[in-house]
Amino acid sequence: MWRLLLIELHKIKHHRGSKFLIISYFFLLTSLALIASIKFDIGPVKFHLADQGIFNFPYIWHLNTYLASILKIFLMLVIVSMMSNEYSNNTLKQNLIDGLSKKEFVLSKFYTVILFGFISTIFVALTTLILGLVYSDYTEWAIITTDLDYLISYFIKLVAFFSFGLFLGVLVKRSAFAIGALFLWFIVESIFIGLMRWNWKIENYDHYTQFLPLNAMSNLIKEPFTRFNAVKSVAQQIGETIQKDFSVQFTDIMIVTIWTTIFVYGTYYILEKRDL
Amino acid sequence: METIIQLFNLDKKYGAVHAVNNLSFSIQKGNVYGILGPNGSGKSTTLGMLLNVVNPTSGTFNWFDGQTSTHEALKKVGAIIERPNFYPYMSAAQNLELVCKIKGITTDKINEKLELVNLLERRNDKFRTYSLGMKQRLAIASALLNDPEILILDEPTNGLDPKGIQEIRNIIKFISQQGTTILLASHLLDEVEKVCSHVVVLQKGQKLYEGRTDLMTQSHGLVELKTEGDIEKLTSLLLKFEGIEKIEKENEMVLAYLNLDINTGQLNQYLFENGFVISHLKMSKPTLEQRFLVLTE
Repeated sequence: MWRLLLIELHKIKHHRGSKFLIISYFFLLTSLALIASIKFDIGPVKFHLADQGIFNFPYIWHLNTYLASILKIFLMLVIVSMMSNEYSNNTLKQNLIDGLSKKEFVLSKFYTVILFGFISTIFVALTTLILGLVYSDYTEWAIITTDLDYLISYFIKLVAFFSFGLFLGVLVKRSAFAIGALFLWFIVESIFIGLMRWNWKIENYDHYTQFLPLNAMSNLIKEPFTRFNAVKSVAQQIGETIQKDFSVQFTDIMIVTIWTTIFVYGTYYILEKRDL
Repeated sequence: METIIQLFNLDKKYGAVHAVNNLSFSIQKGNVYGILGPNGSGKSTTLGMLLNVVNPTSGTFNWFDGQTSTHEALKKVGAIIERPNFYPYMSAAQNLELVCKIKGITTDKINEKLELVNLLERRNDKFRTYSLGMKQRLAIASALLNDPEILILDEPTNGLDPKGIQEIRNIIKFISQQGTTILLASHLLDEVEKVCSHVVVLQKGQKLYEGRTDLMTQSHGLVELKTEGDIEKLTSLLLKFEGIEKIEKENEMVLAYLNLDINTGQLNQYLFENGFVISHLKMSKPTLEQRFLVLTE
């Protein structure tokens, strides 16, 4: 396993574009904390985001993992290009001739995906913990450790998304087109969901659309903003019930894990079938 | 003798194209083999299958008597195919380090091999700045990193200028003198004739000949004749002479292929007695090229 991981890291380490994207990505992840410093101070209107309670534990776990996962597209570019470049440089062929099996080749990429996901998760966990400790109104241990499953969701979400990137990179063989294919897939999925919801008026449409890969990934961490408002409005008008369940659902984790498996095995299957 | 590769009825079809047709042969340790064939005869496809990058349609092959899987076997092999494939953004040394990691060997032979192919001074330059000749030499250095049991070369001099071709040939000659088994695919006959002790001749994916190179060129030879008289009559006379197998006409010249050793003096006397005067009579041995053309006709 370490051998395969080191092989892949050697390929990335010397690639200037990838290095730049990776460094930018982790810089942006860290600078999530800078949201805290947003202050409006225009005459009578004083607004300090940190005072609004959005950094309160345990809500901050939800907010930060959600915001951090938007940045995953940066690493996606690295992953798609590291896969498709192996085709355009013909180095996949050379790797196989040098004695790497196709299975090892896919595994070395997948281990890297896991490593990226893992480091991102650690990063987000630390940033959030520090931010929360500084700004949260509640810093009791029991409250801090509530809702940590958002971190698990975040990790699973990244691994699934990046595995999708591996799959598209192998399928399409060109990085620009692979990123295009990702967008295309996103649009097709959105149109499909829209059609189900508005045109065919299927009542519990989300029962079916939860199985679509990108939708399933986004379901893992639902948008946190309405929850924040809801929390506030509940405090004001008692009797209002929160409609949406914001917590991490086990079925979502299952669906996304299955998609990850499909993507990784799909990548292997395509490689195995193809002549180079 | 130790067998390195064995092919059993290997077959590859690309749609309607039958690239490799029921091919069997074996490679023994210590010999230098040439796979000979015109472009599109299935040489590269055959090597591709042995090297794990092309899936055979049917048939099997064994590395090292089948004791290891193909990808494990390839760690003990050095191979260069068609054109050199490396990461353009890495230097020569970084590319070779990666190969060492894949093959699971130490990196301490990198400088030695770079020196062998005369690239030591450029070791820290990016691969993309290399000329084709340098790229090909780097590929050879890479293939030699593990001191391979067998070196596989597919058209190693393709596209190079005369100087580049000379450099590559010298390296190959040097390596073969070290006793390394070599498998060389080429359509350049003199290349194969100079280096290889054994040949496999392919055409349209089929094996036409397998054996020693000197046995392939060894035959009773042919006689070139020229006459002012009637060529048809000469032909029929020649065919009656014992030892002549067949007759071909090439411009003004009549070529008589032999199946026995004959004496040209006797032949001349025989023709003269039958009223023919010969203006040119010469015995010659066929080159590999002529044998190859006869085989692939």
